[in-house]
Amino acid sequence: MAPTTTRPRTLAEKVWDDHLVRKGEDGEPDLIYIDLHLVHEVTSPQAFDGLRLAGRKVRRPDLTVATEDHNVPTIDTELPIADPVSRTQVETLRRNCAEFGVPLYPMNHAEQGIVHVVGPQLGLTQPGMTVVCGDSHTSTHGAFGAMAFGIGTSEVEHVLATQTLPLRPFRTMAINVNSEDGRLRPGVTSKDVILAIIAKIGTGGGQGHVLEYRGNVIDNLSMEARMTICNMSIEAGARAGMIAPDETTFAYLKGRERAPKGADWDAAVEAWRQLRTDEGAQFDREVDIDADELTPFVTWGTNPGQGLPLSERVPDPADFADENERVAAERALEYMDLEPGTPLRDIKIDTVFVGSCTNGRIEDLRSVAEILDGRKVADGVRMLIVPGSMRVRAQAEAEGLDKIFTAAGAEWRSAGCSMCLGMNPDTLSPGERSASTSNRNFEGRQGKGGRTHLVSPLVAAATAVRGTLSSPEDLS
Amino acid sequence: MEPFTTHTGIGVPLRRSNVDTDQIIPAVYLKRVTRTGFEDGLFSAWRQHEDFILNREPYKRGTVLVAGPDFGTGSSREHAVWALMDYGFRVVISSRFADIFRGNSAKQGLLAAQVAQDDVELLWKLLENQPGTEVTVDLRERTVQAADLTVPFQIDDYTRWRLLEGLDDIGLTLRHEAEISAYEAARPSRMPTTVQL
Repeated sequence: MAPTTTRPRTLAEKVWDDHLVRKGEDGEPDLIYIDLHLVHEVTSPQAFDGLRLAGRKVRRPDLTVATEDHNVPTIDTELPIADPVSRTQVETLRRNCAEFGVPLYPMNHAEQGIVHVVGPQLGLTQPGMTVVCGDSHTSTHGAFGAMAFGIGTSEVEHVLATQTLPLRPFRTMAINVNSEDGRLRPGVTSKDVILAIIAKIGTGGGQGHVLEYRGNVIDNLSMEARMTICNMSIEAGARAGMIAPDETTFAYLKGRERAPKGADWDAAVEAWRQLRTDEGAQFDREVDIDADELTPFVTWGTNPGQGLPLSERVPDPADFADENERVAAERALEYMDLEPGTPLRDIKIDTVFVGSCTNGRIEDLRSVAEILDGRKVADGVRMLIVPGSMRVRAQAEAEGLDKIFTAAGAEWRSAGCSMCLGMNPDTLSPGERSASTSNRNFEGRQGKGGRTHLVSPLVAAATAVRGTLSSPEDLS
Repeated sequence: MEPFTTHTGIGVPLRRSNVDTDQIIPAVYLKRVTRTGFEDGLFSAWRQHEDFILNREPYKRGTVLVAGPDFGTGSSREHAVWALMDYGFRVVISSRFADIFRGNSAKQGLLAAQVAQDDVELLWKLLENQPGTEVTVDLRERTVQAADLTVPFQIDDYTRWRLLEGLDDIGLTLRHEAEISAYEAARPSRMPTTVQL
């Protein structure tokens, strides 16, 4: 499997080498083994259909797991799904999983949730693995030192049939995030870090690359904060984001259902400790982020690279030197209905969404609860809090967070992708403006005509209280 | 998959960068469980504006889309490729494609032709000044030709070969079944499974 080599290698190269079924010859791609295939209802029906047409079966149902997340309503989940097309899609997944023997966590199951929240919390996502899913935010799992990336439906079918993918090696990019003391400044979260990275390198900056996040700030982040960063690697155009596993990773995994036990655990940890970029290994590119300069970050435009510190003003398109960027900024401001020069803090918000595979985990909900405790959501503001999984929901309720949310006037929902992409009934109306802890501010992403500002959970909570884009330091 | 050698059709200049897959086909259209019929979702928000390029003759009959940089960013939805093909597009030209979109295109036989931005600008001007100009994309020669303009495009050799031959990836991979089985036999037993034992 792993070639015997003394050449220093990056983390990404090590995981790649470990999964090489076959080295490509004469310009062919390599054939890479896939350790874990996550499936959901939106990108899989045509793949299962393809298998049926070709008379193929799922090669490794035991390395495949499905959940219902994109379409599911987050209220009245005991009732049949009202939208007949959504219902058909969910029912199709159930039929396909039953026919092909794929384990499924359906709505109302204790383990149901967003596919990228479910994998890690079960301990299925482990260091050094290859993880794929027909969803671009699969990069989330890279927080464990796994190589995890999103694929299209044809590739879903390919993995179902062969448990492999033909791939060309990715280039590598180090993103070094350091601060004086290895900490982020108060009120700054890993979401602000990744938004600042994307603003710096651009939505195409990571194209063809696996990003490896390194540095003392990354070392000190929790697993959930690391997942937030890796999650949005795709918004910088990267195939995947990775963080080398360390004691924080091992402590998170130990004792989880699908994590190794006993002697297997010890063997696993020993193997995982090798999963670090070697001294002297060359990245194709390196980017340095000075985390002491980071403050809460928000987006003003219609792609995740159009972001600025909250303390800034809406930019003037005339100030962009690049013609394409200037046109894109003009179009974005028109869509967002914003005037150049407006302080970002003056932007009034209609809806606040807390949730998604980016920021729908328990630590995110705790940080929101801390701000909302004893405060009220501003008049005229709607706040939706949607846990990333039913397990996160149960945990939040055990800690009494739901009481804080509802006392503040927020809506407390069941698990799913929800307003991140509005495939279920949770959508913005035309012209409605949101502060959202999700990952994409594309035109119409949260509902046709909806306007999205991407923010951290802390900014989301403070914004809900004040009604305008705010950070906790704006609250008295 | 149908082999692709050359294609000739009306060129459509789309002067936008960062055309993400949510714009190509919004999520509301992804609920179907079939593989065809996605043409109505293509650029559906933009098509509601009368002056959008695909609402204008002769561009609405176009089959070669010439777009700005960073085409196909965002979501991995292959529906974006299906929508473009169901509408009638056979080629998308851009100076930079998002990785997943490029991969999905190759699986379906949609040619993602990477053309230098300066050449994209020339094509835009030509197609805007002479609406209805036919563009010929020759995969064997890796050229885009329209009126008296001929520019090269880039595509990797393997994808080009697969498109020219119209080959199915799963069939290609299954020729190496023995190697997959050998790899599986050597995987550590501690690796997790999704089925509760």
